[in-house]
Amino acid sequence: MSQALFSEPQTPLTEEKRIGLIDAFLRVLPDESVLRADEELLPYESDGLAVYQQKPPVVVLPETVEQVQAILKICSREGVPVVARGAGTGLSGGALPLANGIVLGMAKFNQIIDIDEHARTATVQPGVRNLAISEAASDYNLYYAPDPSSQIACTIGGNVAENSGGVHCLKYGLTVHNVLQVTAVTIHGDVITFGGTAPDTPGYDLLGVLHGSEGMLAVTVEIVVKLLPRPATTRLLMAAFDNVDNAGNAVADIIGSGIIPAGLEMMDNPAIIAAEAFAQCGYPTDAEALFLCELDGTEEEVSDQMAKVEKIIARHNVTKLHLAKDETERMMLWKGRKSAFPAVGRLSPDYYCIDGTIPRRHLSTVLQKMAEWSEDYKLRIANVFHAGDGNLHPLILFDANIPGELERTEELGGKILELCVEVGGTITGEHGVGMEKINQMCVQFDANEITQFHALKNAFDPDALLNPGKAIPTLNRCAEFGALHVHHGELPHSDLERF
Amino acid sequence: MQDNDATKLLEQQVKQAIAEKQPFNIRAGGSKDFIGVVADTVPTVDVSAHRGVVAYEPTELVITARTGTLIHTIKSTLAEHGQMLAFEPPLYTADATIGGTVAAAVSGPSRPYLGGVRDHVLGCRLINGQGHLLKFGGEVMKNVAGYDVTRLMTGAMGTLGLLMDVSLKVVPIAEHEVTLRQELDIHSALTRLQQLAGESPLITAAAWHDGALHIRLAGVENAVSVAASTFGGEKIEANFWSELNNHQHAFFDVDTPLWRLSVPPLTPELDINGATLYDWAGMQRWCFSNENAEKIRATAVAAGGHAQLYKADDKLKRTAGTFHPPSNEIMTLHKNIKNEFDPLGLFNPGRLYAAI
Ligand SMILES: Cc1cc2nc3c(=O)[nH]c(=O)nc-3n(C[C@H](O)[C@H](O)[C@H](O)COP(=O)(O)OP(=O)(O)OC[C@H]3O[C@@H](n4cnc5c(N)ncnc54)[C@H](O)[C@@H]3O)c2cc1C
Repeated sequence: MSQALFSEPQTPLTEEKRIGLIDAFLRVLPDESVLRADEELLPYESDGLAVYQQKPPVVVLPETVEQVQAILKICSREGVPVVARGAGTGLSGGALPLANGIVLGMAKFNQIIDIDEHARTATVQPGVRNLAISEAASDYNLYYAPDPSSQIACTIGGNVAENSGGVHCLKYGLTVHNVLQVTAVTIHGDVITFGGTAPDTPGYDLLGVLHGSEGMLAVTVEIVVKLLPRPATTRLLMAAFDNVDNAGNAVADIIGSGIIPAGLEMMDNPAIIAAEAFAQCGYPTDAEALFLCELDGTEEEVSDQMAKVEKIIARHNVTKLHLAKDETERMMLWKGRKSAFPAVGRLSPDYYCIDGTIPRRHLSTVLQKMAEWSEDYKLRIANVFHAGDGNLHPLILFDANIPGELERTEELGGKILELCVEVGGTITGEHGVGMEKINQMCVQFDANEITQFHALKNAFDPDALLNPGKAIPTLNRCAEFGALHVHHGELPHSDLERF
Repeated sequence: MQDNDATKLLEQQVKQAIAEKQPFNIRAGGSKDFIGVVADTVPTVDVSAHRGVVAYEPTELVITARTGTLIHTIKSTLAEHGQMLAFEPPLYTADATIGGTVAAAVSGPSRPYLGGVRDHVLGCRLINGQGHLLKFGGEVMKNVAGYDVTRLMTGAMGTLGLLMDVSLKVVPIAEHEVTLRQELDIHSALTRLQQLAGESPLITAAAWHDGALHIRLAGVENAVSVAASTFGGEKIEANFWSELNNHQHAFFDVDTPLWRLSVPPLTPELDINGATLYDWAGMQRWCFSNENAEKIRATAVAAGGHAQLYKADDKLKRTAGTFHPPSNEIMTLHKNIKNEFDPLGLFNPGRLYAAI
């Protein structure tokens, strides 16, 4: 069984061990690729979830596969944990350093190796930014479909590790549906290729397993992604409503009618106000809810379906229905949505982004509960929602400088996630578990399931050195967390059936 | 047959096998008995009575069913709401079940355009080699909590656990569909297919057989009509696809070893003797060949793909193996994973690889 299962909390590396490691790294890396001075380490203290911080003892920045192999062999030999890092935009503390381990930054792996216009694939290094792939492919009228809102900054290596989604994944799928092959280095320093450009590979779907594995199974060094032809026609409709239920029902009706929009994104009033103030994109700030519905395909397809969508929406007391008149306006309307996080960030000193997914039919129950809790906790919540697939991003506004407010925020966030599980959903749709949702894993999974997760990790990483302590809680931790809940009253959702 | 929850019984059977350290085969409809090497010396656990749709919410695009549920049942349940399984599971016999389909990860003609089984699995429940009933994934489209065990089970040929139920993403049935046939030599057909895939989002199947390219277009009616007139060729019956998918097409009436080659897009004709039908825009090739297994595998590998001995007599299957052997490193991972899910080696021994 995995060693991680009952592992003790990390004890920081001793100075002697740290110096020994630095020496070992300097034998395989140039001096400037081994960061060890305080001011060099500072930028690596946290990822996009800045409330968690830990200064790493060492950061290494390899630029060849051989260097990655050498680094991992050293760490494997020395028993030193490794935290891989892309751009550090992750929102769950996945790339949060460990006091007893190194950060393996993949930023120098930033080359697009090849674009095959005919096979419609791109071979890229993991540190390539998501958007850079589509930019490079645009010469061939191709693009890479998954488009996380962080796409200007986040790396494709991070996307694979989190199985990231974007506003277009309802129709075009998540990262796992758009990656054909991953070459990765194991903790032992072996280079292995998973998947391929044929439609399938024999045996277990290990390519699938690597997706969303949060840097805990292997370190990705090369990725082949699928590129898609740009659709001939794309049109965006904005629909506003004076209550969230109407918007939710309209969404269900559109999908029930047999239309799969390319994107279907919803926002509630606080998010609308924030986005409009930030991007001046033309959202009606008096609306209680609005959604953006994008259709793409051939001209005939889009016209036909757009007419149907408009009819359906009209049945749900829509207060404003607006079709983007041209490409400029379409991009403008998307900009509001895509900058919703920073926009909300301007309303408040800090915000905390939650990432649960729910079966869409429970939307109004969940929103109502959140509104109640928002009052109870005296914390404002703005909601952006990947409405097509039920992925909810409540943004809790708080001020970390007010004593106790972060703790209240985290508690509220935890409650929201548990509610997502209660209604049949999950604690994370796309941001990953990382450090952040590790306790809620104990709510979603029982001890046997968690043990099986550790066992799977053990098949790849028997000494539990790759990003240990993230994503999958130890049973001890769950026991403590469970106890905590008992202390407050009752066991979390003991009445829930497991299926 | 009636809906029936056989969870308790199946759990008990697995626990008994654990106690007796007795490996067993897992079987539901038996429509895929010919895939892989079925151990003939061990008992069988029958999943076919564990059947029924557990949950189906058309507006959420998700269905959950017990693994013994017939594909027929699932298809008709979905069709009532204008929906379908995008990956078009083959029906080698009418007894094909959803459990077998997911375990063998078999997908139909739409695979290159709409995705395969692995692209539509959302969650599952399974019994592992310790006899624990476990649930992974769920009934929502986006879910990254924990490792993706559901995808791991997809295509594992039942070697990692007994699948109890699966949740799948479903899609709307297209309003209109047309199949066209156009005489074309294989070389031009492969080139044309590649071009077309970049041009028309309406193609949902493409195959080459007997000197002709066959294409299926699906979508809203006038879009399909416009695309069909651009493409040209004669309209033929849609059952070409189900016959091909189910191996009921006359092409499959041959008593020679049947190979399935899976190769990258743009792969030219390969140097393998035998009648070949090209499905999946040329990426899945059905080839009846008596050539040496090593040579066939090496040819597929040189093209960037792999070759599976799909249908053959037991003797050849045992000597040549059926599934293409992976690299040593990947094989080691297979063994490690098998050991972590099924340490006693109970589930479907040797079905996927002799060593698993
Ligand atoms: C404003 C904002 C908007 C966002 N919007 C979205 C969104 O719409 N959809 C979405 O899904 N996410 C979104 N995110 C989250 C984040 O951008 C994604 O999770 C992204 O994939 C992280 O990529 P990264 O390169 O920053 O990875 P990092 O944060 O550096 O790392 C993330 C995880 O990947 C691992 N990792 C990184 N590189 C490798 C590698 N080469 N090999 C192995 N493991 C590796 C790390 O160990 C860590 O566990 C958003 C974040 C922000 C800040």
